[in-house]
Amino acid sequence: MKARIAHIASNTFREAVRDRVLYNLIAFAVLLSGAAILVGQISIEIEKLVVINLGLTAVSLFGIVIAIFIGIGLVSKEIEKRTLYTVLSRPVRRWEFIVGKFCGLAGTLVVNTFFMAIGVFAALFYVSHKFVRADALVLVALYFIVLEFLIICSLALLFSSFSSPLLSAVFAFSLFVIGSFAEDLRGFAGMAHGFTRWLVTGAAYLVPNFSALNVISSIAHEQPVAAQLIWHNTLYALFYATMALSGAVLIFEHRNLK
Amino acid sequence: MKQRRKVSLVAGACVVVSLAASAVTLHRIDQLRPQATIEEVLYLNSPKVLKRASLGYDGLLADIYWTRAVQYFGGRHHNHALSYNLLYPLLEITTQLDPRLIVAYQFGASFLAPPPPGGAGQPERAIQLMEYGIQNNPDNWKLYYDLGFVYYMNLKDYKQAAAAFERGSKVPNAHPFLRLLAAQMAEHAGEFDTARMMWSATYQNTQDKLIRQNAVEHLRALRVEEDVTHLQQAVTRFGERTGRLPASIAELAAAESLPGIPVDPDGHSYKLSPEGRIEVRVPDDFPFATKGLPPGFKPHPQFDSQPQ
Repeated sequence: MKARIAHIASNTFREAVRDRVLYNLIAFAVLLSGAAILVGQISIEIEKLVVINLGLTAVSLFGIVIAIFIGIGLVSKEIEKRTLYTVLSRPVRRWEFIVGKFCGLAGTLVVNTFFMAIGVFAALFYVSHKFVRADALVLVALYFIVLEFLIICSLALLFSSFSSPLLSAVFAFSLFVIGSFAEDLRGFAGMAHGFTRWLVTGAAYLVPNFSALNVISSIAHEQPVAAQLIWHNTLYALFYATMALSGAVLIFEHRNLK
Repeated sequence: MKQRRKVSLVAGACVVVSLAASAVTLHRIDQLRPQATIEEVLYLNSPKVLKRASLGYDGLLADIYWTRAVQYFGGRHHNHALSYNLLYPLLEITTQLDPRLIVAYQFGASFLAPPPPGGAGQPERAIQLMEYGIQNNPDNWKLYYDLGFVYYMNLKDYKQAAAAFERGSKVPNAHPFLRLLAAQMAEHAGEFDTARMMWSATYQNTQDKLIRQNAVEHLRALRVEEDVTHLQQAVTRFGERTGRLPASIAELAAAESLPGIPVDPDGHSYKLSPEGRIEVRVPDDFPFATKGLPPGFKPHPQFDSQPQ
C-alpha cells in the first residue's frame, strides 16, 4: 500500500516538473532580486521589511496558484487522458490514488517552497549583509505557508474529485479568499443573533482559516510566534487537510468512471 | 463491493472526526490570538497606501475596515474595557478609503465621544472625524447635527454646538429643528428641554432598533433627572420652611400640594433617604441617569449612541 502511494506521489511530482511548474522559481528570483536592489535605492530603513513581506507573500501566492491549478487537474486530467483506467486496472485502490496524488502535489510544493526560501534568505542577506536571530522567524512563516498549501491541495483535490477543472478552480480560489477573511467571518458570527448566528458560526468553522496561518506582517516586524500557536496551527492544518482529503476519497469511491 | 463500503465508512468517519477536531483546534487558536487580526491589519496603517493597494476596490476595503472597527468596539465594550486605542486608526482608515460612508462618521463619533466604559472618551477625535465627514459630505445635515451633539453632550461647549447647528441649518433640506437648536445653544437655557428635544429627534430620525432603544433610555433618564432636580428643590424648600427634613416622600408631596406620590417612568415611587436625598427605587433600570442614584452606585455600561 505504502509503495503504491509513494509510486503515484513520485509520478505526480515528476509530471509537475515535466509541466515546467518549477519555472515559477525563475519569476520568483527575478522579482525578489529586483525588489531587493530597487528598494535599497529608493527607500530608507524598510529594505528588510519589504524583502520579508514581498518574499513571503510571493512564496505564498505562487504556491497557492500552483496548488490550485495543478490540484484541480489531478483527477480530471487522468480521466480525460484515460490514464486513470490503466492505473485503476492494476491493484491500486481509488483512495490510494487520491492520497498518492495529494502527497505528490504537496511534495512538489515543499520542494518549490524550499528553493524559494533559499531565495528569500539570499535577498535578506543581500540587504542586511548579515543574519540575526530574528531572521529565523521567517522559517516559522514559511512553515505556516506550507501548512496553507496542504489545506489548498486537499481542497483542490476535493473539488477535482467531482467537478470540472474550471469550476474546481473557482471553488478553490473562492475558498482561499473567504478563508483569508475567516476571522472577520467569525467576528460577524459573534455580532449576529439567533439562526443567523448559528449559520454564520457554522460557515466560519467550515471554511479554512488562513488568517491564523498568515503571520507574514508580524514576522516582518520581528514579533515572535508562540510555540502553542505553531502546534495548534499544525494540528489544525492536518485535521482540515484530512477532512477535505477524506471527502475527496468518499466522493471518488462512489464516482462512476464509465 | 465490501471493500468500497469499508473505505467509504472509514472516509466518512474521518470527515466527521477531522471536521470536529479542526473546529476545536480553531477555537483554541482563537483563544491564543484574540486581537490578532485587528493588530495585524494596523501594521499597514496608512490609508493612502491601503487605497492604492486596494486596486480600486476601496469601497469594499472600507466596508471591511468599518466592520473591523465595529467588532473592535463591540469586543472591547463587551469586556468593559477602559481604553480603545485602535478605534480611531480604524475609523480614520475606513473614512479615508470611503469618505462617503456616512454611517462610519455617525456611529464612529458615538463610539469615540462618550466617556469610558460607554465609549472611548475621545470627543476631540470624534470632532476631527465629523469635520472630515462634513468636508467630504457638506450637504448632509445629519453630520452637522452629530457634530453639535458631541459639542453639547460630551464637551458642554455651547458656543461650538450652536455654531455646528447653525452651519447645518444652512444646508439645503436641513431639518428645521437645527435652527431651533442653534438658538437654544446660543442661550444655553432650558437644558432638560434641549436634551429632550435632541433625543426625541434621534428617536424620530432613525429606523435602527438599537439607536431607538438607546434614545428611549436617555429620555427616561432625562425624566428621572428632571423629577429628581425638582423634588430635591422641594426638599430644600421644606427644610427652609420647617427647619427639618420631610419624614417621607408622602409628606413632601402633601407639603408641595402635588397631585400624588411622584413616580419614576416605570411607575415606582421615588424614595427619600434619611439624609434627604431623592432616589429611584431600581437604579439599574436607568443606566444613563446621573441623578437620583444611591451614593457609590455604578451603572452597568451601555452603548451610549448619539443620533443617526
